[in-house]
Amino acid sequence: MSATTTNSYEAAKVATPAKDDGGLWGYLRSYGQRVRSGDMGALPAVLGIVVLTVVFSAARPSFLTPLNFANLLTQAGPIVVLGMGLVFVLLLGEIDLSAGFASGVCAAVLAIMLTTNGYPWYVGVAAAIVTGVVIGLLLGFLVAKVGIPSFVVTLAGFLAFQGTVLWLLKEGTNISVRDEIIISLENEYMPPMVGWALGALTVLGFATTQLIQQRNRRRRGLPAMLWQVVAFRVIGLAVLVGVAVAVLNEERSRNPLFSLKGVPIVVPVIGVLLLVWTFVLRRTAFGRHIYAVGGNREAARRAGIAVDRIRISAFVICSAMAAVSGILAASMARSVDPNTGGSNVLLYGVAAAVIGGTSLFGGKGRVLDAVLGGLVITMIINGMGLVGWSSAYKYVATGVVLLLAASVDAFSRRRSAASS
Amino acid sequence: MGTPLLELRGINKSFGPVQVLRDVAFQVHPGEVTALVGDNGAGKSTLVKCIGGIYPIDSGEYLMEGKQVHVHNPRDAASHGVEIVYQDLALCDNLDIVQNMFLGREKKSGMVLDEPTMEQLAQQTLAGLSVRTVKSVRQQVSSLSGGQRQTVAIAKAVLWNSKLVILDEPTAALGVAQTQQVLELVRRLADNGLAVVLISHNMNDVFAVSDRIAALYLGRMAAQVKTSDVTHSQVVELITSGRSGQLGLVEEGAAA
Repeated sequence: MSATTTNSYEAAKVATPAKDDGGLWGYLRSYGQRVRSGDMGALPAVLGIVVLTVVFSAARPSFLTPLNFANLLTQAGPIVVLGMGLVFVLLLGEIDLSAGFASGVCAAVLAIMLTTNGYPWYVGVAAAIVTGVVIGLLLGFLVAKVGIPSFVVTLAGFLAFQGTVLWLLKEGTNISVRDEIIISLENEYMPPMVGWALGALTVLGFATTQLIQQRNRRRRGLPAMLWQVVAFRVIGLAVLVGVAVAVLNEERSRNPLFSLKGVPIVVPVIGVLLLVWTFVLRRTAFGRHIYAVGGNREAARRAGIAVDRIRISAFVICSAMAAVSGILAASMARSVDPNTGGSNVLLYGVAAAVIGGTSLFGGKGRVLDAVLGGLVITMIINGMGLVGWSSAYKYVATGVVLLLAASVDAFSRRRSAASS
Repeated sequence: MGTPLLELRGINKSFGPVQVLRDVAFQVHPGEVTALVGDNGAGKSTLVKCIGGIYPIDSGEYLMEGKQVHVHNPRDAASHGVEIVYQDLALCDNLDIVQNMFLGREKKSGMVLDEPTMEQLAQQTLAGLSVRTVKSVRQQVSSLSGGQRQTVAIAKAVLWNSKLVILDEPTAALGVAQTQQVLELVRRLADNGLAVVLISHNMNDVFAVSDRIAALYLGRMAAQVKTSDVTHSQVVELITSGRSGQLGLVEEGAAA
């Protein structure tokens, strides 16, 4: 008996470190296999970014300038943040159609606190986020406890919150936001040295966590990533961050009287949100349970997971992130009006998440998806604006891109179902 | 033979006016595979759900290792070392093998998931069951075959120092080779000292792995016998009519 156990244990051990075999080439081959079997990850979004850059910079050389790059990042801010929140709801296989106007309501609360009542910025921000949390609790309760489909609950929310914005803004007045801290989020830039320091910190932090993780796995005799692959990823990130910071630190002002350079403040804001939520999803039991509920709710329930609590939390996170998105939108426009968070904002948010690779069927997605997808969406809006196309074309093009992303999602789902 | 790991005495269970289990006695010994057989509606699933704490029993005694225990919910059952592997598996397709095996009971260091420890434990558990069919424990469950999924579901049940593993038709949806794999695994569980209850409709499976056979007939325990003492056709008779020669229920209705 014991002899067979040890034998089979060795057999299992020999069979497991498949990743170590075949070197870098083997790694690439297994990546190719993953892509073919439908798990495309960030590939479509990255391809989209490359193609759009080539097309738009060929059509309008001004697309590929430091000035436009900085504009693109600030423009992407509210979309990316909204998309990050929507990832949580989409992971459960639910949808939040009210997130756009929820961000409008929160932005209105912010403006009223700051401008009408004269509170300091942090009170305004706290009030906006608390509003978002309350909205999320309400939506989550109706979906998880009452059992109304999220599509219906949030469609009702879509209308109700639109009305709430109108009511808060006294039937359509425009409240301007003058608080310097809030305005700086989307309109100010970091000193070049700070940009370099934060960039270096990001790369160093990434490298350290990767090295510690892989070393721990090796020590325990678990299959680990090849050192070449780790180095490749770290160097890749370093190059990306380095080029971005260098470009953004160039002088963008055409007016010799004042200077305009540095990384937009919104970039580290998004960086921190990305870090925090990625940590929550990938490294905590709560995040694991979100994936489990999205993958198989019954299995999650039998595993003793409090499914209702997970579902409500996802809606709370989504609406709270909508509040942050509303704050950024208010900062960008320097005011809040009845259209803040309205029209296509929600669609852009959903499109950002889906284009990045988050599945509409639940169970698959990352917070990073919203960043990549948000960049694609913003490039389309920004690029077509530069080329001079009208809103009519922009809407149609964005709709087509969303459909394309959704069909990539559906296709990869079919592919992975067929390969099992 | 020693004390049975699980002993049920005089279990009754009704749903409204319908009495599903009548005065059922059931014994499971460690290191043995006990096959639980019976026709559709005989009460197999109800009995299993009573053992697992999903249904409360109306009356009767529930003994673990000779001591009476009270099982009111699945958590009570799990705390006594009872794990049930359901027919519909209850795995998450979008998670990998390790993530599934520890779902809801993740190992943590601080608030962070302790992935290396979980991966090691999962590997050891699979190795201990001599599972050679899975390539990597970091494979997504969606990429596994039916037999491999069943293996993961069983390994998940074994991971928690369980004493009694109940398998609800583990081979129902599998092909010939995969059925063979799963049956070997079932046998190994018992050889490792666990008590195993196997629910099955397939007489070949029952005779291939079981040490004892318990046959339910219309909510009553028709007979609990050693597999080596009975023939194929006797078991079929027990299932279909509740008696076979000397074995089985004495008189229809006499117990009522």
